[in-house]
Amino acid sequence: MAWINVCGVDDLQADSGVCALVAGQQVALFYMPKDGAVFAVHNYDPCGKANVLSRGLIGDIAGQPVVASPLYKQHFNLETGVCLEDETVCIPVYPVRIDGGNVQINMGEAL
Amino acid sequence: MKQTLVVIGNGMVGQHFLAGLAASPAKASYDMITFCEEPRAAYDRVHLSEFFAGKTAEDLSLVEDGFFATHGITIHLGDKVATIDREHKIVTSAKGVTVRYDKLVLATGSYPFVPPVPGHDRPQCLVYRTIEDLEAMQAAAKTGKVGAVVGGGLLGLEAAKALRDLGLETHIVEFAPRLMAVQIDEAGGAMLRRKIEALGVTVHTGRNTSLITDGERCVNKMCFADGEELETDVVLFSAGIRPRDDIARACGLEVGQRGGIVIDNQCKTSDPDIYAIGECALWNSMIFGLVAPGYAMARTVVADLAGETASFTGADMSTKLKLMGVDVASIGDAHAKTPGAMVYTYQNGASEVYKRLVVSADKKQLLGAVLVGEASGYGTLLQYCLNGIELPENPDALILPHRSDESVGLGPDALPASAQICSCYDVNKGAVCSAIEAGCTTINALKTETKAGTGCGGCVPLLKAVLNSELAKHGYEVNTDLCEHFPYTRQDLFNLIRVEEIKTFAELLEKHGKGRGCEVCKPTVGSILASQWNDYILSKEHLGLQDTNDTFLANMQKDGTYSVVPRITGGEISPDMLIALGQVGKKYQLYTKITGGQRVDLFGARVEQLPHIWKELIDAGFESGHAYGKSLRTVKSCVGSSWCRYGVDDSVGLAITLENRYKGLRSPHKIKFAVSGCTRECAEAQSKDIGVIATENGWNLYVCGNGGMKPRHADLFATGLDKETLIRYIDRLLSFYVRTADRLQRTSVWMENMEGGLDYLKAVVIDDKLGLCGQLEEQMQHVIDTYQCEWKTTLADEEKLKRFRHFINSDQADDAVVFVEERGQIRPANDEERKHFNRVEVA
Repeated sequence: MAWINVCGVDDLQADSGVCALVAGQQVALFYMPKDGAVFAVHNYDPCGKANVLSRGLIGDIAGQPVVASPLYKQHFNLETGVCLEDETVCIPVYPVRIDGGNVQINMGEAL
Repeated sequence: MKQTLVVIGNGMVGQHFLAGLAASPAKASYDMITFCEEPRAAYDRVHLSEFFAGKTAEDLSLVEDGFFATHGITIHLGDKVATIDREHKIVTSAKGVTVRYDKLVLATGSYPFVPPVPGHDRPQCLVYRTIEDLEAMQAAAKTGKVGAVVGGGLLGLEAAKALRDLGLETHIVEFAPRLMAVQIDEAGGAMLRRKIEALGVTVHTGRNTSLITDGERCVNKMCFADGEELETDVVLFSAGIRPRDDIARACGLEVGQRGGIVIDNQCKTSDPDIYAIGECALWNSMIFGLVAPGYAMARTVVADLAGETASFTGADMSTKLKLMGVDVASIGDAHAKTPGAMVYTYQNGASEVYKRLVVSADKKQLLGAVLVGEASGYGTLLQYCLNGIELPENPDALILPHRSDESVGLGPDALPASAQICSCYDVNKGAVCSAIEAGCTTINALKTETKAGTGCGGCVPLLKAVLNSELAKHGYEVNTDLCEHFPYTRQDLFNLIRVEEIKTFAELLEKHGKGRGCEVCKPTVGSILASQWNDYILSKEHLGLQDTNDTFLANMQKDGTYSVVPRITGGEISPDMLIALGQVGKKYQLYTKITGGQRVDLFGARVEQLPHIWKELIDAGFESGHAYGKSLRTVKSCVGSSWCRYGVDDSVGLAITLENRYKGLRSPHKIKFAVSGCTRECAEAQSKDIGVIATENGWNLYVCGNGGMKPRHADLFATGLDKETLIRYIDRLLSFYVRTADRLQRTSVWMENMEGGLDYLKAVVIDDKLGLCGQLEEQMQHVIDTYQCEWKTTLADEEKLKRFRHFINSDQADDAVVFVEERGQIRPANDEERKHFNRVEVA
């Protein structure tokens, strides 16, 4: 599958999240400029049942990059999508990269 | 093949036994049959007098609806067992029902003792035991005016309450020189007597009734041995109980010299297939006339039938009850009969409180206690007594009134392993400690493992104290770090930020933390930075620190939409402003509701609508209400002296001044104020963090109250203040709170956890004990001087507005946000309703 240009790096929010519409899916994009890292997961919070994850706080728990749901504060690992509070819950994670000034996502390989 | 188990008697204890067996694995082995002499199944005899206070027989019932049918138990109502044929194991009832049993349980209870006084069987000479007895009392009370209870013990006082509730002039006649002679000492009895007489009941002690005969003004006349007389319509005997052992006696079971069916520690009678429980049973030469020991016997038999080892080994006869509104409690050796026992007494004639402690000769052990008029210390004292906990150095502290902040509660270390921590799930300290040993090092883990704290939740503070104490003992350091990124408390971080003039999270993390931060430390530091420097919270370096509500300056609701709350200072709003608000609500089709803080909440705003809504609100003259922040929310007020006939001062004016002064102040948790214009307190100021009440002498300041899950009344902090002093105190107190409180700690918990509590806080704020007041006032003045309406700032910055879209790369809205209509307004669709919409499913 091809890499899709989603937005410019300037459109991301440092140490925070935004939501992009990619191939009909809501994708939460998180940017940690200090580490040069971008993460892409689905925007839907399966615990709170709403499209809100891009508005959660990010950080790390025991070294794993995470987003905390703004509704009920469950943590999701930004690399694997697994919920730290309940390992049976997992959200889709998408490969993402910065190419020049563009943020690109590969939707075909959702984990 | 099931065995047949017959229970004779369906009183409180008989029923407790049936319910216990029905819930036990042993249930499967028995067909249960019970005989109940009364026309109704078990009811609460302990609260019998409530029948006259309006409770019905149904209210008093102890049997859940359908209990007998559900558990397949046969009950013979209005029929009693007349004979037991032990040889053939057959019981025969008065109505001729015969049943063959394998096991038999006697729960026949007791009957009221009626002294053999001549005339005891005259008309309207009654007893107090069953609902039928109560009905007879009711009938007698219709024609009579006076009632006398014979017996001034526990039951006698209950019976006196019943007579008084029936509207009779009530007398208590007691043979002993004082009331409740068995449970309480002379001085306690005297205090009890005064309190009961104050309720209009005449008490006659040291009176021996020798004859009951025709009265002149009343139906009956009681003649006493000392020559005195008492005219009364109703005579109610409540002079003790006697075990009902007649059928046991008739079939040759062993009974005591003065009655009672002899039982062993398994509650077995002299026939191993027959048990006896409750007031009919005689254990170790004792009859137990309280319900708790009867229940303990019932549990013992259930366990025995289930093949478990269980023993009844006597019962604590401590009691606590409320008699006619008077608290009375008796624990252990109330009469100091133990050799060498010493006594502490506290007597307060003004408030009619009497307390007595009986301690061992070395003052280490509590042997007994009497409490009259105030019995709140009963639980703690009972723990000391039952568990043999060593008393504090000055045992009298346990009965002296609590002054200021001294605490005489039991610390977790003082409790023995057997002490019950959670009463809902009967979890003792030993079980909690074992769970901690096994690796439960958090409250949640303990809850999951032991169930403690998952019922009413009232024991959670104690559970936490036990956990911390145990962890400390095991060499764990109790971790007070904010989170894994900062090895500091919130207060430490506040000081670091202030002293080192740190302006950003990145700088703080670089100097004092590690990792990337998390949803705990980021908002905490964001809040501290805002309290200290008060920069715009959405500036680039602060944005990622804010909780979602702060980042979008609105309150996220369950479906991801937001609610909008403009400030309405003091709850005062003009018709034009109300219309403007209504027009915005209508235009954006928002759900509109009045809040508890006297303002209006507009729900259902999509993230992309927020700037448009706020543009209109600001144009109409509104500003941000900071409902999204851990910050000052509202200053509620009553209408005050401007309009109210009773108003003493201008509460609305002061509320507006205070709200404008502290608006935007970021703090460890939300802060609520209220101002009342007189002591009628219509603004409910005493339930707020800061409450102000007008008096003739000036403003009274109350602090550290809150509503919510665990409501707390605010404490009176200072009285008769002028406005300038009032504001100075609030400035200092809030600055001190912002500096020293933990994350998400309301002012109430902050003060309660502070060593020295309210007095310390007064010393800091009023007397400037720490020499900090100048700094605290400056800190507040800086926040006031740098206030900005965050929405006004945001609307002026195109770059900031970019974030107020659902998609960064599309103008579409979130198609999962779906509303339905209810009562003429919108609300989020529920799961069921959503099925009717074709939402795009997650891949």
